[in-house]
Amino acid sequence: MTTVDEVRAPVEQKPAPAPPRRAGRPNWRLRLRRDWPLLLMVTPVIVLLLVFHYLPTLGNVIAFQDYSPYVGIRDSEFIGLTNFSRLFSEAAFWKALLNTLTITAFQLVFFFPIPILLALLLNSVLSVRVRTFIQGVVYLPHFFSWVLVVSLFQQMIGGAGLLAQSLRGHGFQAVDLMTKPDSFILLVTSQAVWKDAGWGMIVFLAALSTINPALYEAAAADGANRWRRLWHITLPGLRPVIVLLLILRLGDSLTVGFEQFILQRNAVGADAAEVLDTYVYFEGLLAGDFGYGAAAGLFKGVVGLVLVLVANKFAHLVGEQGVYSRS
Amino acid sequence: MSSQAVKPVAALTRRPRNPERPVWEEEPTLVGRVGKPVVLAVVFLAVAFPLYVVVVTSLSTTEAVTRAGGLVVVPRDLTIAAYVQLLSGGVVTRALVISALITAVGTAFSLLITMLAAYGLSRPGSLWHRPLLFIVLLTFLFGPGIIPSYLLVNSLGLIDSYGSLILPTAISAFNLIVMRAFFMGIPGELIDSARIDGAGEFAVLTRIVMPLSKAVVAVVGLFYAVGYWNAFFNAMLYLNDNSKWPLQLVLRTYIVQQQALPSGAGGVTSSPALGLAPAPGLAIKMAIVVLAVIPVLLVYPFIQKHFTKGVIIGAVKG
Repeated sequence: MTTVDEVRAPVEQKPAPAPPRRAGRPNWRLRLRRDWPLLLMVTPVIVLLLVFHYLPTLGNVIAFQDYSPYVGIRDSEFIGLTNFSRLFSEAAFWKALLNTLTITAFQLVFFFPIPILLALLLNSVLSVRVRTFIQGVVYLPHFFSWVLVVSLFQQMIGGAGLLAQSLRGHGFQAVDLMTKPDSFILLVTSQAVWKDAGWGMIVFLAALSTINPALYEAAAADGANRWRRLWHITLPGLRPVIVLLLILRLGDSLTVGFEQFILQRNAVGADAAEVLDTYVYFEGLLAGDFGYGAAAGLFKGVVGLVLVLVANKFAHLVGEQGVYSRS
Repeated sequence: MSSQAVKPVAALTRRPRNPERPVWEEEPTLVGRVGKPVVLAVVFLAVAFPLYVVVVTSLSTTEAVTRAGGLVVVPRDLTIAAYVQLLSGGVVTRALVISALITAVGTAFSLLITMLAAYGLSRPGSLWHRPLLFIVLLTFLFGPGIIPSYLLVNSLGLIDSYGSLILPTAISAFNLIVMRAFFMGIPGELIDSARIDGAGEFAVLTRIVMPLSKAVVAVVGLFYAVGYWNAFFNAMLYLNDNSKWPLQLVLRTYIVQQQALPSGAGGVTSSPALGLAPAPGLAIKMAIVVLAVIPVLLVYPFIQKHFTKGVIIGAVKG
C-alpha cells in the first residue's frame, strides 16, 4: 500500500505542462499495479455495454444482407444496398418518416416552450411551501409508465371514459378522442406534456437559480420593469440550457417515443400513428423481415447521429457550448 | 400566494411588504395575483384528478359504478373488494410478484455495477480512464437498433427468460455519469487520508464515498427502480410466454386493449370467504391501474427531497 501511495502522489498533484508530464508519468505497468482495483470495478459495466450496445450495433450489418435467422449473420448472403433501395421505394416508409418528422415539429412548437413557461411561473411563486408542493406534483407523472399514461388518458377522454360518460349523461353525443386519427397528433402531444413537462422544468429551474439576483437589482435600479428584466436577464440566463435541450431534441428528431405509439397504433390506425420505430417493429420484427427492418433502423440511427453532430456544430457557430465542447 | 390573491384591491398600496419578496420587485398586478393561483391549480388538478377518479372507482361497489354510469367521481360506500379479488391469486397477483422481483433484483444489480464503475472512473489520473469513459459516453450518440438487439438477445438464449428484462437495460450511461460527477466532487484529501490509513479502493468506496453519496445513490436507485417497474417494451419483445408477464403487460392487455380478464384467475371471481360482494369489472380494472401506481407513489416522497441535490449535478452538465 505504501508503494502505491508514493506512486500516486506525483500523478495526482502534477498539473505540469503537457510534454514533460507525459515523460514523468510512471509507465503503465506500475499504473496497472496501482489501479487494477479501479479497472476491475469498471469491468462489469464495460462488458455489459460491449455485449448489449456495441455488439448489436455491429449486428446492423444484416441491413446489407439477405439475412436468414437459420443460417445466421456469418453465412447470410451480402446483397449490397438492396434493402435500402427497397426501403426508399416503399410508400409506407415515407409515410412513417413524414409522421415522425411532423410529430417532432409539432412537439417542438407546442411541447418545448411549456417547461420553460412552467419554470418561470413556478420560480416567481414566493411561498416555498407552495413551490415545492407543486413541483412534487408535476414531476410525478414522469415516473409513470407509458402504459399507465395511456390508460389514464383512456379513462378520462376515451370512448368509455369520464368525458364521454358525462357527455352522454347530459344528453350529448359522446366522443372518443383516443381513436381519432385526425387529432392523434394533439393527443400524443398532450400526453407528452402531461407526462414530462414537469420533469423538463427541473433543468430550467436549476438554471434560474444560478442567475445572480444582483443583476435584477441593478437592472431595476436602472429602471427596467419586470418584462425588461425577463428579456434582458432571465432569458439570456436560460439561453445555454435552451440551446442545449433544443439540440438534443433536434438530434432526437427521429425518435418520438416508441412505447407511446406502439400502444396506440391499433386504436387510431397505422396511417396516423406509424412512426419509424413502429415501422421497424412491424415490418422487420413481426413480419420476420430482419434485414429490411435493420435497414430502416440503421437509416434512423445514422440520420439521428448526423442530426446531433450538425446541430452541435451549429450551436458552436452561434457561440454556445452545445452538448460537447470543441476540444 | 393564495392569501395574497384574496386581499381586496384597495389594500394594494398599503399592504405590508412580503419579507420573501426581493426589494427591487414591483407589487404584482391583479392579473398576476389571480392568474398565477388559477394556473397552478389547473396544473395540479390535471395531474391529481385522473388519479383520484381511478382510485375512487377502484374502491367502488357495483351499484356505485352503475349509478355513475362508469367511472365514479363522488365516493360513496367504498369497498376493497376489487383489491381482495386481485390479490387472492391469479394473473394480477403473479404479475405483481414478477414485477416486484425484477425491480428488486434489477435495481440492486444496476446500482451495484453503476457505483463500482462510477467510482472506478472518478479517480483522476487512473490508468485508461479516458478510453473507458469514452466507451460509456459514445453510447449516448447512437442506439443499436431494435432488430439487432432482438437478434442478440435471441442468440444468447435469453428469450422468455427474466434475464432479458434486466441485462440489456442494466446500465444507463446517464445514471453512471451523474454518479461519477457526484463522486468527483468528494474532496480528494478525504480519500487520500483513507489510503494512508491503509484502505484499499473497495474500502474507500464502501466506507468513505458511499456514506457521503446517499442522495445520489437514492436518486439513481429510484431511476433504475422506476425503469424496471415501468419496463414494457422489453417484456413485449422478449417474453412470448404470457405466464411470465410483468404488470405493465397485464395493464396493456386488460386496460389499454380492453381484453377480458380470465375468470377464476384473479379475474371476476367473487371471494365469499371474505364476505365481500364481487367487485364490478370496472373497479377491478381501475384497481390494476392503482396497483401499478402505488409503488411509485410510495417511494417518491422519500426520494423527492434529493432531486435537486442529485439530479441537477448531472442535468446541468457535470
